[in-house]
Amino acid sequence: MSFQSGDYDVIVIGAGHAGIEAALASARIGCRTLLTTLSLENIAMMPCNPSIGGPAKGHLVREVDALGGQMGIAADQTCIQFRTLNVSKGIAVHALRAQADKKIYQAVMKEVVENTDNLDVKQELVEKIIVEGDRVTGVLTETGEIFNARAIILASGTYLNGRIIIGETICDGGPNGQRAAIKLSSSLIDLGIRLMRFKTGTPARVDGRSLDFSKMQLQEGDAQPQCFSFMTDEPVRNAVDCYLTYTNERTHEILRRNLHRAPMANGVIEGIGPRYCPSIESKIIRFPDKDRHQLFLEPEGLRTQEYYVQGMSTSMPVDVQIEFLHTIPGLERAKIMRPGYAIEYDCIDPLQLKPTLEFKSIAGLFSAGQSNGTSGYEEAAAQGLMAGINAAMTVKDDEPLVLKRSEAYIGVLIDDLVTKGTNEPYRMMTARAEYRLLLRQDNADMRLTAHGRRVGLVDDERWARFQSKRSEIESASRLLSGMMLTPSVETNGKLSAAGLEEIKSALPIAELFRRSGITYERLRPIFDLPTISTEAARQIETNFFYEGYIAKQSEQAEKLERLEEKLIPPSLDYDDILNLRAEAREKLKQIRPRSIGQASRISGVSPADVSVLLVWLERLTRS
Amino acid sequence: MKQEETISAISTAAGEGGIGIVRLSGRTALEIGDKIFRSLNGRRLVDMEDRKMILGHVIDGSARTIDEVMAVMMRAPHSYTCEDVVEFHCHGGLIVLRNVLSRTLEAGARLAERGEFTKRAFLNGRLDLSQAQAVLDIIQSKTDAALELAEHRLAGSDELKELRQKLIDADAHIEAVIDFPEDDLEGVELDRIDRTAADVIGRLDEMLATETSGRIMREGLQTAIIGKPNVGKSSLLNYLLKSERAIVTDIPGTTRDSIEEYADIEGIPLRIIDTAGIRAASDEVERIGIERARDHAQRAELILALIDGSTPLTSEDEEIFKLIDGRDAIILLTKSDLPRAVELDKKFISISIKNGEGLDELKRAIVERAGLPSNRELNVVRDAREADALRRARKHLTEARDTIKMNIGIDFVSIDFRSALAALGELTGETVDEAIIDEIFSKFCVGK
Repeated sequence: MSFQSGDYDVIVIGAGHAGIEAALASARIGCRTLLTTLSLENIAMMPCNPSIGGPAKGHLVREVDALGGQMGIAADQTCIQFRTLNVSKGIAVHALRAQADKKIYQAVMKEVVENTDNLDVKQELVEKIIVEGDRVTGVLTETGEIFNARAIILASGTYLNGRIIIGETICDGGPNGQRAAIKLSSSLIDLGIRLMRFKTGTPARVDGRSLDFSKMQLQEGDAQPQCFSFMTDEPVRNAVDCYLTYTNERTHEILRRNLHRAPMANGVIEGIGPRYCPSIESKIIRFPDKDRHQLFLEPEGLRTQEYYVQGMSTSMPVDVQIEFLHTIPGLERAKIMRPGYAIEYDCIDPLQLKPTLEFKSIAGLFSAGQSNGTSGYEEAAAQGLMAGINAAMTVKDDEPLVLKRSEAYIGVLIDDLVTKGTNEPYRMMTARAEYRLLLRQDNADMRLTAHGRRVGLVDDERWARFQSKRSEIESASRLLSGMMLTPSVETNGKLSAAGLEEIKSALPIAELFRRSGITYERLRPIFDLPTISTEAARQIETNFFYEGYIAKQSEQAEKLERLEEKLIPPSLDYDDILNLRAEAREKLKQIRPRSIGQASRISGVSPADVSVLLVWLERLTRS
Repeated sequence: MKQEETISAISTAAGEGGIGIVRLSGRTALEIGDKIFRSLNGRRLVDMEDRKMILGHVIDGSARTIDEVMAVMMRAPHSYTCEDVVEFHCHGGLIVLRNVLSRTLEAGARLAERGEFTKRAFLNGRLDLSQAQAVLDIIQSKTDAALELAEHRLAGSDELKELRQKLIDADAHIEAVIDFPEDDLEGVELDRIDRTAADVIGRLDEMLATETSGRIMREGLQTAIIGKPNVGKSSLLNYLLKSERAIVTDIPGTTRDSIEEYADIEGIPLRIIDTAGIRAASDEVERIGIERARDHAQRAELILALIDGSTPLTSEDEEIFKLIDGRDAIILLTKSDLPRAVELDKKFISISIKNGEGLDELKRAIVERAGLPSNRELNVVRDAREADALRRARKHLTEARDTIKMNIGIDFVSIDFRSALAALGELTGETVDEAIIDEIFSKFCVGK
């Protein structure tokens, strides 16, 4: 029944946030690429909340952008409210969060995908991954088509063996009434791949016409909204408002009374849910003393009345959902348009992957996004991009791109997944990054654009823009560090005329940035400095003001860097190394770290074991 | 070649050799060396020629001399480790060596792991291949020893766990507020965080104050019994050795030569210098020279200075007083069963071995000198490694308090708290990240 239907370099299974970035990256690098999806209507769908960004997630979007990905550009084009969070908490954790118009976002992404050279998009249900020996060769679809490829990227999200649960109502399926990919799951098991079962959930969407916004707290966008992409010139605009309201004792009473009907409480749901995204029923169980929980009403788009009730994720039966929603100020007459639901799905245990996101056991097979046990659009996009890049590098027989923890949140994300694994849907948090002062939103381009250029994703325009910014920063920094100020009458006269504190001893202008409130723009006219772009000025101010802290973290990072560069030959037999402790040997055999650095982060591998490995490798090199 | 971070250790065998060496190796070895060493000719190590000995002093933070030393410097790659190396050849005994080592740690070095110099030498190509297995064995022996000790160490103490938990609590709150800015969380009060830091610093200080006691528990208090002939040294020695039958014979990590013996005084091991000399002298006519007394006094941490209370002071007694000037010493007026013929304007204890007078007081005085806390089994800092980690944790918390004063954002406070936790984690073997994330989710109702 099956037939040969086409040859590609790279095939991407799934056109969600991971799949899109993977396919675009691969095609843009020059690989003939096929993107398959269960439904062309659902490319770039946001089945959960209508927003992009936030702490660590906004950082990821910036990084995806700096490497030449699409998410940031599409978000800037289509988002309808922008806010920078954490402004008072420290430069490293400033985080942009934007409300998306779901439909427009999808339309824009579909347009980009459909107009990218080297990229075919097909509506197909992939049922089997074809492997010969230990190497992937292609996929087989439901309709019998065989597509051959040198690399396959699994980006199947929550569709693998998906099961939707709304109270007592249970059906097989993906998010938003989609089909589930049932056979693909068994194909993976046949290939010897370990699967896990996770769950996640969403709240109800309610009709905006049935809401009383006057009883809620208004939340507007920023007066001067920031954007995600380093390529966005058009100022972004706020077009909608969000609203805040709270649950109360009556809400909680209804939930408690109906707990026996909650699938997560009565044993219907077996999958492991995320701690950071608890359903409202688990919130009241785990935090019984909290007398209210905060809810956000977010518009799903400009041309819809649907509002997303963030904070109210639930899998309770619909009658219970209606009852408790009506206890909430502003939602007394709320009409549900779509009920909240929980979804259970299969995902792979990411410990089976290399830091390139390729399976250790099957050459050419990559996995990215929610199928790796993560959650979130941004986490998915980041992995998709990296899998796309590395699949293309495999095809081109070029060096893979593995980002360090000290270089990108993407590096932290992937290293955590492949080194520590995860036992719940993994969400990126700033708390997971040890060098977050280095990994700021504002310097994502400085950290990553060169990598994007190397792999062929950063086009000439982006590259030129980056280089000009970089040289502005470098030459202005040199100038500021070199220009000495002496506490002369003239200098101090200039300073006090500008309302600045006088200096007592000679110092370079750069030192002035240590004082709070000093900007480049303020000093420019006083000392006749050259005009530079706002972005470059911001970088300079940050670098000088936080110099001490940044230096401290760079030093720590550098210490570990050398361990990252010491690669472990894939053929290493850990049983030969008698001086390793048994626990360490088992872990090392299981995870097979790529570098000494990765080995050092495996739990159960002690610093002494790392020393033993180092000496052993040196011995191998010499003999 | 890029050099590693600077490590430091006492690199001569434990025990009482004539000379002991403290060795520094790594990127900042010269810089650290210059911070703590003053040569007699005023030259700095960085300006010196390789492999030339230079005389000078290792000084403490207030520029007081710790020891007169010979310093020698070997620039990379012409050293054992192929890195910049500085060695201080010290004259004093173990106590002085330890003080010099502490100074290098204060000045920015990290205490070397067991076998780390050798490991670096091997990795940098200094040792040949045949020595690889030996290097591996040294590293491994460290692990085994550490495992054995683990249960008895400070790391397992409730005190340390409690401090760690306090820091995790504070940091988890900061991080929750950062990662979930739109959740309904109580704001972080910097005052409270500052109090936590101050409180933990205070308790680390208490622990660090036990460093000496911890070592005394482990190695014994180096004690000299000095005094003119026939003053009663050997009677006192016999009394001390006999008074407690539980003589410590099996204290790990120490070497004992024939002339040292251990007496257990109320649980405090006294390591008494030159017991053979004292005994021998009791048999024949004692001819102890003042030189010998001086030598003993110099090596001791505690001096028991014996003065015959039944005869007037002699010039030898005056010499003894000079020797103990400024030292930790207990003056014992012996033979208190005989009529007193001496008046002293110093603090002393009258004792008589014959009728037992003053001996309980003597024991109390010794216990007091050792400065052991009441709950000494648990919270005593036992070695330089523990002290080093605690000191670094303390330093990061002090920095956290400075950061709080600057008020540039809670994120920066968490950087310092995390560093402090990482330092404590070196003792407990626990990692920071997961602990904090677990804490965030167990304590705060966050997420959408």
